Amino acid sequence: MDLRFLDALPSSEEQAAVDAVLGPPDSAWVGGARTEDDLRRAHGGHAARGQRHLLLPVLHAVNDRVGYLSQAALDYVCRRLTVPPAEAYGVATFYAMFAVRERPKKVMHVCTDIACKALGSDALVAELEERVGHHGPRGADAEVEWHHSPCLGMCERGPAALTLEAGEPPTYAVSAPATCEVLARLGGRAAPAAAPGDASANGHREGAEVGLAPVDGAAFTGAAEPAGAAAPPAGAPADASAEPPARTADPSVEPAAASPLTFGTALIPGGEPEPPAEAAVPQAGDPELVLLRRIGTVDPESLDDYRAAGGYNALRQAFKIGPARVIQEVLDSGLVGRGGAAFPTGRKWDATARQPDRPKYLICNADESEPGTFKDRVVIEGDPFSLVESMTIAGYAIGATHGYVYLRGEYPRALQRLENALAAARERNLLGTDILGTGFDFDIEVRRGAGAYICGEETAIFNSIEGERGEPRSKPPFPVEKGLFGKPTVINNVETLINVLPILEMGGPGYAAIGTGRSTGPKLFCVSGTVRRPGIYELPFGATLRELLELAGGAPEGREIRAVLLGGAAGGFVRGDELDIPLTFEGTREAGTTLGSGVILVLDDTVDLGGVLLRIAQFFRDESCGQCVPCRVGTVRQEEALHRMVNAPAGRRTDLTLLREVGGAMRDASICGLGQTAWNAVESAIDRLGVFPLEPAGGSGGTSAGTEQP
Amino acid sequence: MTIQDDTVRRTGMSVPLAPPRRLVELSIDGETIAVPEGETILTACETAGKDIPTLCYGDTLTPKNACRVCVVELEGARVLAPACSRKVEAGMVVKTDSERARHSRKLVLELLASSVDLSTTPRAAEWLESYGAEPERFGPAAAPAAIGERDKLHAGAHELPSGEAAATVHQPPKVDNELYVRDYAKCILCYKCVDACGEQWQNTFAIGVAGRGFDARISTEHNNPLPDSACVYCGNCIEVCPTGALSFKSEFDRRAEGSWDESRQTQTTTICTYCGVGCNVTLHVQDNEIVKVTSPHENPVTHGNLCIKGRFGFQHVQNRRRD
Repeated sequence: MDLRFLDALPSSEEQAAVDAVLGPPDSAWVGGARTEDDLRRAHGGHAARGQRHLLLPVLHAVNDRVGYLSQAALDYVCRRLTVPPAEAYGVATFYAMFAVRERPKKVMHVCTDIACKALGSDALVAELEERVGHHGPRGADAEVEWHHSPCLGMCERGPAALTLEAGEPPTYAVSAPATCEVLARLGGRAAPAAAPGDASANGHREGAEVGLAPVDGAAFTGAAEPAGAAAPPAGAPADASAEPPARTADPSVEPAAASPLTFGTALIPGGEPEPPAEAAVPQAGDPELVLLRRIGTVDPESLDDYRAAGGYNALRQAFKIGPARVIQEVLDSGLVGRGGAAFPTGRKWDATARQPDRPKYLICNADESEPGTFKDRVVIEGDPFSLVESMTIAGYAIGATHGYVYLRGEYPRALQRLENALAAARERNLLGTDILGTGFDFDIEVRRGAGAYICGEETAIFNSIEGERGEPRSKPPFPVEKGLFGKPTVINNVETLINVLPILEMGGPGYAAIGTGRSTGPKLFCVSGTVRRPGIYELPFGATLRELLELAGGAPEGREIRAVLLGGAAGGFVRGDELDIPLTFEGTREAGTTLGSGVILVLDDTVDLGGVLLRIAQFFRDESCGQCVPCRVGTVRQEEALHRMVNAPAGRRTDLTLLREVGGAMRDASICGLGQTAWNAVESAIDRLGVFPLEPAGGSGGTSAGTEQP
Repeated sequence: MTIQDDTVRRTGMSVPLAPPRRLVELSIDGETIAVPEGETILTACETAGKDIPTLCYGDTLTPKNACRVCVVELEGARVLAPACSRKVEAGMVVKTDSERARHSRKLVLELLASSVDLSTTPRAAEWLESYGAEPERFGPAAAPAAIGERDKLHAGAHELPSGEAAATVHQPPKVDNELYVRDYAKCILCYKCVDACGEQWQNTFAIGVAGRGFDARISTEHNNPLPDSACVYCGNCIEVCPTGALSFKSEFDRRAEGSWDESRQTQTTTICTYCGVGCNVTLHVQDNEIVKVTSPHENPVTHGNLCIKGRFGFQHVQNRRRD
């Protein structure tokens, strides 16, 4: 490898950020001071090149501290990791959260995706343009820059915004529902009196207990009832709204190198504390719940509380019956993947366990970015230990010693909770070597995404973790055979993994008794949009869409449900009169639609459907990785044609043909699921909702035929 | 290894070292054909005399299957398969000319032709015609970007289109050195130059793919000019470029002044005189001047790769003649 660097030297801040992850450089070969010793040793080979997988964490470290990746910083990173600068630049520019130009330390991401759009993000954005200035890049001398963002996974209380401020430590503020007031204050230069931190994250600040954030959804037309106010968790302990302040092993000063936390515990001045995770679970406290039973009733930061509530029984059970029986129970349970593809989990585990190749890897896909999906966030924020425990069980079953959680970069609180949970589990020997004296070694590493929907694709995650651009790989070979680092890998969604706990507690057949036919067990649904009580709902498979929406309170007073988007942007629309569709894999398939990741995004008759379609098209245009032609160019042409159709009815008929033809090629010829599904929602809007009714003969459609030409 | 095995088999230039491979039978457009195990569908199709268009496929590179112009229909498969990389399996039923396969190929060609300048891509015009592609139907091409503008685009954001013009990658060529030109208006993002520059051949890693989606582009780090990059001017990227986006400065200048004429060119393969390796160089000569240098891909030692001397060190020949 022939690395060439410029003479630019990193600033001390940049160097410190890199060294905080990698340790100080040990020779001039990797950017340290030149010593006599350096002349007598060579730097290279596999040891030098084998650090590529640290690229993403190191880029995060610099971006978190400095706010962007300068040429000198990137050079230093490349020297340290023996990565060619051109490739590191390619990786850095692949992710939306990184910038390679100087910019303000504070960056605000304002969600304009479907759910937030239905809850008034258009008005918010227009107001921000006036008060904070035009969105888009700003110079480093500006206080803040803000961007339109794809779904931030806070759909139950949209419109949402996430503000990140680079520094040591980096800080954040989540605003949902966001108001222009709060965002302008967050973006302001003058820092008001120090705001209280997230109540849950400041054990050392006595008296700073904050309950539910004051939420004000009424500022926007079309706003749903505020989630927090609407759903006092029935049966939850009285203090459930104020999150318990205790945290194990939390240093009483701001985090230093010893802290397991990436983000600082103080909020960005001007921000409002986030409501606790259970505010997103209207059923919280219901004793019938299986997957969500601990959310709102058990302190998500306390391992003791988790264990007192039955935590780690499943792992003990797993150790008792051995890996083969664990896999057999999962096979018997009929559990299928909850990320969207619905592949039988037990078969995946079994196939991986049988591979002779070693080591094996386990990955938890928590890169939840499908518009309208927020279940992984709520589970990790509300019950992080359940994920740690189920990953330990999965690792044990398949014979992996190393697991990764690939967590989307826009989830700072989930990251904190997870980092805390991992540290606590390690301390009690529930992770690490010789877990509970069984001789089983297993540890979990969190990898943060950096703003790329495509990295939720299983093989794109491999590339992302390995320090490459997050582009999907061709299958075959499949992950069970050649996955992460070319080794057999099981990759499961968060929800899939936490289902393993009830499977081990009630036994595979017992679990399989829940639900219907091929769809066994409980299922989480992300209900958002224009409904009265949005949030995460848990129902056994078999309920109909109508039953779920009744649970969620239906449409606001005086409105009618026009459409429901099932499965997110990659899913499909159904009409408001099709609510009897059973929410099972087979039921939705029979109805010609999909369950996908469990998104139930409700749009009432006030929502501008054309605008929603344009947003979906924009989303795919932005999130295509660019590797294959059908998706790279097809998503562009799809968006252009939709703009023509929405804005100017002339030429509709030819554009409809064009959309169908481009959509067909994307579905048939794209490398991965992103391109293959990029036309699904638009197609269903045309065919099922009749969004673009064809003009009568002689209309402005361009041709006089009564039916369109496919 | 596969590439070398293939080369050896095709050229017979040396004794194959691998044991003979088992034959696999599959059906291509109704015709049963047997090819060695581990071959790709593309090779099988070639054996069966089918003409499958390819763009990102390179005979000396690992298939990237990014362009999707070679897709074929496999019976029982949900989506089409790229012929260039999918390995044959016993009993496979391949349809190279089905409605679905033709539709996707036509669309891929249309999508490319509407966004990229394919004027110097060999066979592009022929394929566009035979597949009935009409790239104009996406609307008139948008105005070209200023130089460097596309290199600044941030992942995950773009200017919303009006729909009146079709977005393109058109931009002025990058001329920052004396030897070769990068005209990214002609780039279909096949990744071949990156693979040739990086781990598959040269191990220089001067260029990579930067950005994302439609805004992805081939770039040095921070879009620095080539002389500031790790580029060693081996020109192995030019050798594999399927569209003419990368070209010799001598070719680029002649094309600009209108004097480039392949029908007046001769090709002579000889041995490079610079060192003892003995690489084959093919000199392309027009009007008694060397206008570019390529290297035979089937050479079992160099596989079409050269160094800066073999690739660009021909000026002295012409200079001496003029003296």
